[in-house]
Amino acid sequence: MKHTISLLVENRFGAFDRVATMFSGKGFNIQSISIGETEFEEISRMTIVTSGDDKIIEQVVKQLNRLIDTIKVIDLTEHQTIERELALVKVNFQKSNYSEVKDVCDIFRGNVVDINNKTVTLEITGPPAKIDAAINVLLPLGIIEVARSGMVALKRGDQVKVKAINN
Amino acid sequence: MKAEKQKLTGAEIFFECLREEGVDTIFGYPGGATLQIYEKLYDVDFLEHVLVRHEQGATHAAEGYAKATGKVGVVLVTSGPGATNTVTGIADAYMDSVPIVVFTGQVPTHLIGNDAFQEADIVGITRPITKHNFLVRDINKLAETIRKAFFIASTGRPGPVVVDLPKDVIASSAIFDYPKEVDIRGYKPQYQGHMHQIKKAAEKIKNAKKPLLYVGGGVIMSGGSEELKLLAKEYNLPVTMTLQGLGAFPGNDEQSLGMLGMHGTFHANMAVNNCDLLIALGARFDDRVTGKVDTFAKDAYKIQVDLDPTAIDKNVLVDLPIVGDVKHVIAEIAAELDEKPQLDDWWQQIRSWKEECPLEYDTEHLCTAHVIEKISELTGGNAVIVSDVGQHQMFIAQYYKFNHPRSHLSSGGLGTMGFSVPAAIGAAFGVKDRPIISISGDGGFQMNIQELITAVYYKLPIKFIIVNNSFLGMVRQWQELFHAEKYSFTDLGASNPDFVKIGEALGIPSFSTDKVSEVEDVLNRAFNTNGGPTLIEFKVVMEDMVFPMVPSGAAVSDMIIKRLNPKRMV
Ligand SMILES: Cc1ncc(C[n+]2csc(CCOP(=O)(O)OP(=O)(O)O)c2C)c(N)n1
Repeated sequence: MKHTISLLVENRFGAFDRVATMFSGKGFNIQSISIGETEFEEISRMTIVTSGDDKIIEQVVKQLNRLIDTIKVIDLTEHQTIERELALVKVNFQKSNYSEVKDVCDIFRGNVVDINNKTVTLEITGPPAKIDAAINVLLPLGIIEVARSGMVALKRGDQVKVKAINN
Repeated sequence: MKAEKQKLTGAEIFFECLREEGVDTIFGYPGGATLQIYEKLYDVDFLEHVLVRHEQGATHAAEGYAKATGKVGVVLVTSGPGATNTVTGIADAYMDSVPIVVFTGQVPTHLIGNDAFQEADIVGITRPITKHNFLVRDINKLAETIRKAFFIASTGRPGPVVVDLPKDVIASSAIFDYPKEVDIRGYKPQYQGHMHQIKKAAEKIKNAKKPLLYVGGGVIMSGGSEELKLLAKEYNLPVTMTLQGLGAFPGNDEQSLGMLGMHGTFHANMAVNNCDLLIALGARFDDRVTGKVDTFAKDAYKIQVDLDPTAIDKNVLVDLPIVGDVKHVIAEIAAELDEKPQLDDWWQQIRSWKEECPLEYDTEHLCTAHVIEKISELTGGNAVIVSDVGQHQMFIAQYYKFNHPRSHLSSGGLGTMGFSVPAAIGAAFGVKDRPIISISGDGGFQMNIQELITAVYYKLPIKFIIVNNSFLGMVRQWQELFHAEKYSFTDLGASNPDFVKIGEALGIPSFSTDKVSEVEDVLNRAFNTNGGPTLIEFKVVMEDMVFPMVPSGAAVSDMIIKRLNPKRMV
């Protein structure tokens, strides 16, 4: 089963590498990973989408906790969450297909962020499934390349406050 | 008025930190990147620097020191090849949870990443084999980092920590301020076991008909041997130990079933298979212990006590996990118990298994088992035995009756040949009041043979024993049993050196025999030779095998008992 794990780590040299090394060394899989600063510059949040049975996920969480730079591990799968990903999708631009491209973009509430006489680039955000759907619809119109950010996620409502664990 | 603190150089800060940590011995080898530290070392009088002959030797020596004393072992090497030579020892320490701190020199920070002369990314290389590691980029962080390194290495589940020291950082200066407290927000080992679970464990013990204590190295690391003894003796519980657990409970006590697992005793493995309550204490259900996981103690209620949450439920799902310091949890469980349970039937059964299949060996020809048994007798189980890896390692586990914790030093997790000679050297610096005996096969002895020179130079009273079967015996055994008797590259006979001559060339009193009748005499002569190391070669039979044996991944019921009838099932 797919799990989304939110990880607060020290924003420090090697912290990301340690997480990646742990995943590859233990043979756990990573479907996507994103990392960025939090409201505290010395803390980064990593959002990792991984999959495995309960036993594997339990080990993933424990092994992440075991890393010295790990401040907090939350398996978001057990919670109500907001999940977002951003994709840039570059498609063929022809006069004949532009209105169709624009329609798709509107339906998925995307933005046109770049256009020239050969290509048009759309920015689409949403849960990963929505991005999958948008890409699927755009495929017949001629996708040139796609960049996806990987998912970021937070618990809804009573979020884990970094302050509270920032003893 | 507050006196102005003077600035110290990185090298000075380095030694002040070691002084604060109470370090009395470091194992090292100098080089370009550590020259300033070695220059400063010239004036340092509070510790002894032990010059090894190869950096792998330094890490194993630090492990031997740490395993024998419980203190942190310290290594100091140069950058590049000096650092990469430590990798095997670091991996070994990681697998066996040994607290060592390895200081590596590094090229100056402005050259890092440039493929500078003798540059190696040792922090990157050792990331998966250290508990944690650090590259010190700022002289103002040096003291704090060293403090953290010792703290991380020695607390929680212990392990190796690498601290990489760029040359320019060591050359610069800062005010020395050693932090009293360490606070790492992501690292808070939990020592206190959950009381509710402890009570439940005690309840299970009270009601068990066939309980068994399965004891691992965690008991020794936590210093819980006395608590274990009390629990086992008060409640008449049988005790079986893993390779790393040997010594946690006296091997000659009648409640000891010896080692379990691949080369464990028949009765220990049968007891595991048939118990109704298995209490794992600081043991991690390693595959060499469990064999086929699905059949391991399959009808037993399983309790697991461990400091490391990741050790729990990793290989075998347990019914009752208790995360906490093993020593304390054992004492707390014992405090919840009252009367001795009625276990006569269980003990009867265990004794009959023991009679059915005792450990035995060929007494006519010189066998390793006999050598080990004699050493055990002559030292009364009180020596520090430093094993290498192979058949002799298993014979030691089977035949040496360890009386004390921290007496059996063995590379269990990584299984590193070449461990024994340098680890014995490390142990000899930590333990002065008991004999130190290194026991290797003829293969492994040659893997760090250069460290004999270190033992000679420091006049260490180590007994270096080689059981020479002219083969890479353990691999040969697998070839005979599972690989169509193709003895591919395991016959060392023709190429082995004359070990006695090697010893003599180094000035080591050296002995050799191939006769059963001479074993005791040769051992006595060697044990009574003082003033430095001695070397004893036992030329044992060439094609001996270690039994019983549960083949890799097999169930205990597939145990091979002896060679004559290798397919016999029990
Ligand atoms: C560094 C290393 N290389 C290879 C092995 C694989 N190996 C395990 S046991 C063994 C044979 C050891 O032979 P020897 O040292 O003569 O001891 P014996 O088994 O004969 O007692 C080998 C090669 C190992 N454990 N470690």
